[in-house]
Amino acid sequence: MNWNTILFLLVPYAVVPLAVVASAYRLLYRPYTVSSLSSQILESRKLFWGSISFHYGLVLVLTGHLVALLLPRTITLWNAEPMRLYLLEATGLALGLWALAGGAVLAWRRYSDPRVRAVTKPADVLVLVLLVISMVTGVLTATLYSFGSSWFTAVFTPYLWSLATLRPRPDLVADLPWLVKLHAFNFFLLVATFPFTRLVHIVTLPLGYLYRPWQLVIWVRRPPRDSAARR
Amino acid sequence: MNVRAHMSMMFHLDKCLGCHTCSVACKNLWTDPRGSEYMWWNNVETRPGTGYPTLWEDQEHFHGGWVRTRAGELKLRLHSRVKGLANLFYNPSLPAIDDYYEPFTFRYQDLFDAPAGTDQPTAIPISQITGEPIDIVSGPNWDDDLAGSAIYARNDPNLEAVAPHVRAQLEEVERVVFTYVPRICNHCLNPACVAACPSGAIYKRAEDGVVLVNDTKCRGWRMCVAACPYKKVYNNWTTGKSEKCILCFPRLETGQAPGCAHSCVGRIRYVGVLLYDADKIPSAASVPAGDLVHSQLSAILDPHDPKVVAAAEASGVDPGWIEAAGRSPVYRFVKEWGIALPLHPEYRTMAMMFYVPPLSPLMSTYEDGLAAPDVHPAHTDFDLSADLDRARLPIEYLANMFSAGDVKPVRAALAKMMAVRAFKRRESVEGSVDEATLELLHRAGSSAREAEEMYRLTTLASFQERFVIPKYHRETQIEGHVDPLAHKGSAGRGYLQASER
Repeated sequence: MNWNTILFLLVPYAVVPLAVVASAYRLLYRPYTVSSLSSQILESRKLFWGSISFHYGLVLVLTGHLVALLLPRTITLWNAEPMRLYLLEATGLALGLWALAGGAVLAWRRYSDPRVRAVTKPADVLVLVLLVISMVTGVLTATLYSFGSSWFTAVFTPYLWSLATLRPRPDLVADLPWLVKLHAFNFFLLVATFPFTRLVHIVTLPLGYLYRPWQLVIWVRRPPRDSAARR
Repeated sequence: MNVRAHMSMMFHLDKCLGCHTCSVACKNLWTDPRGSEYMWWNNVETRPGTGYPTLWEDQEHFHGGWVRTRAGELKLRLHSRVKGLANLFYNPSLPAIDDYYEPFTFRYQDLFDAPAGTDQPTAIPISQITGEPIDIVSGPNWDDDLAGSAIYARNDPNLEAVAPHVRAQLEEVERVVFTYVPRICNHCLNPACVAACPSGAIYKRAEDGVVLVNDTKCRGWRMCVAACPYKKVYNNWTTGKSEKCILCFPRLETGQAPGCAHSCVGRIRYVGVLLYDADKIPSAASVPAGDLVHSQLSAILDPHDPKVVAAAEASGVDPGWIEAAGRSPVYRFVKEWGIALPLHPEYRTMAMMFYVPPLSPLMSTYEDGLAAPDVHPAHTDFDLSADLDRARLPIEYLANMFSAGDVKPVRAALAKMMAVRAFKRRESVEGSVDEATLELLHRAGSSAREAEEMYRLTTLASFQERFVIPKYHRETQIEGHVDPLAHKGSAGRGYLQASER
């Protein structure tokens, strides 16, 4: 068993079940804590410049990764035309830089603002460090090892599917440059920290808001008669 | 008719002496923990002034409440559903802690630990957030009793519609006037905080109308804080949860008045049940601005009307509550006498806390000779009644607060109170009431009998008359499915789980 097997076979198989079980436990038995602690009321201006670009940039970049994982053929076909490849690459890089800029503002904000520091816990710093590593290595990969949108589908898509289908092939990523490996391994660390930190707020995305009634009225004990007629 | 009961409070501003006992009672009961020390679920503002948080009434800035679209429908001023989700990562209308004030304490230990020296040791102020020394630039009731002065009053949004020459008068030093407005959560019928919550964590209790945050479901998106036009939902900066006035429901459920009302020194607060028609809420909240007060009051039902009683029973309202609604002091002031009005009905949330507008600042103008017309004291009452528009605190100002700018309801309330005053003055000072005074009373839409009742409930009402709180029968609602000893030993708002993430 070599390092590559440990890092890219044992670690993912350890962290994913951990994340699932621990998240489920937290959602079911510790629901009070399932959210991120906003510090906007303490500091708003830097948050505006940091949070929006960080979140939207990251969500879009992650969506890109997900598309490459789920629809590799579509990506490959899209990239067959060089102009479309350049467009996709440039878009991905721009979004990565956008997210990184936001992350940098957020890190600076957490470090420099005394009020935000007062509500910062070690876990918040850990998450921020891991995310910054993720974004920096991602942006560097996009610039140093061009056309990731194409080789991702050839390397990471089969690798991740091999993990998902329980026929793991860590050898697929063995020959990648260390920077790319760090980027991938760092993701597993983020998965591991997910249920124990503020990252867990990702699962709280309140999509129900799009269709729930505006007003919520709750009866302590619903009266028996014609109860269906009431909100 | 879908009848529900509402626990409402009425503030008789004419009696408020601005002592803040209510605020302190509330603070000691509920907002003492770290993270909520800046919150005042109950606060008392000196008006004209900018209030707490500063300029909360400026909805162009804070985007609270509802607006009526051209099609006559209601929409949240804060966001649409999609925009609400889009703004999750940054809430653009959230007040900052400095809009309230940075909570502070003093380093008292320095008084004991300071090394021996030639100067007196001092306890320097420190921030309760960072623990670092701060220069205090604002605090709870920073403008207390000063708000009437031009420095603070100038920015009051309610003065915008007041004519410039009246504003100029208001700023003359000899005419400086102020009044107190205590505020709690209005437990609205059409709450904007509930509608704005992406997680659906805020709800209104059907039994008594109390609006509560389920802090297990609350994910701390803070949309409620921005959407509430009264800025009466607060974000706890240590737990991340939204917290608000709970109308002391644990006290109500055990037959006690809310802490603020119970402790009120001036006895300005009245607590009682109002019956209302829940089916009327959407239409009543979306009428044109001029009809708002009327439409809201018409949704409140007469508990003496047999048809209403029958409908309430059919809707499942507890008989004890229907009976209590018939004795409700709030109902008398709001509906029977029509002298209590909701705060800022133009926010269209249908606030269910009501205010009797203050008369004293108007009267004192004349009685203290500050703007005295050249009339014999015996005629003052009549002169005043005819001349309300020259009052020291402009009627337009009160109308901007209590009736969406419409002076008619405010004028009617003040005229009636003034007439009752004149009536009782004649009765107690001269021993008899002359025809002219009865005519004054009549013109104000009142009668000798009603005046006597208003006088009694305003000045002499006992504890039981001011707080008519029916039984909640919580034991029957809880025992079936919850272990009654589950929370034995826990008190107040103790967190059942640590808030650490």
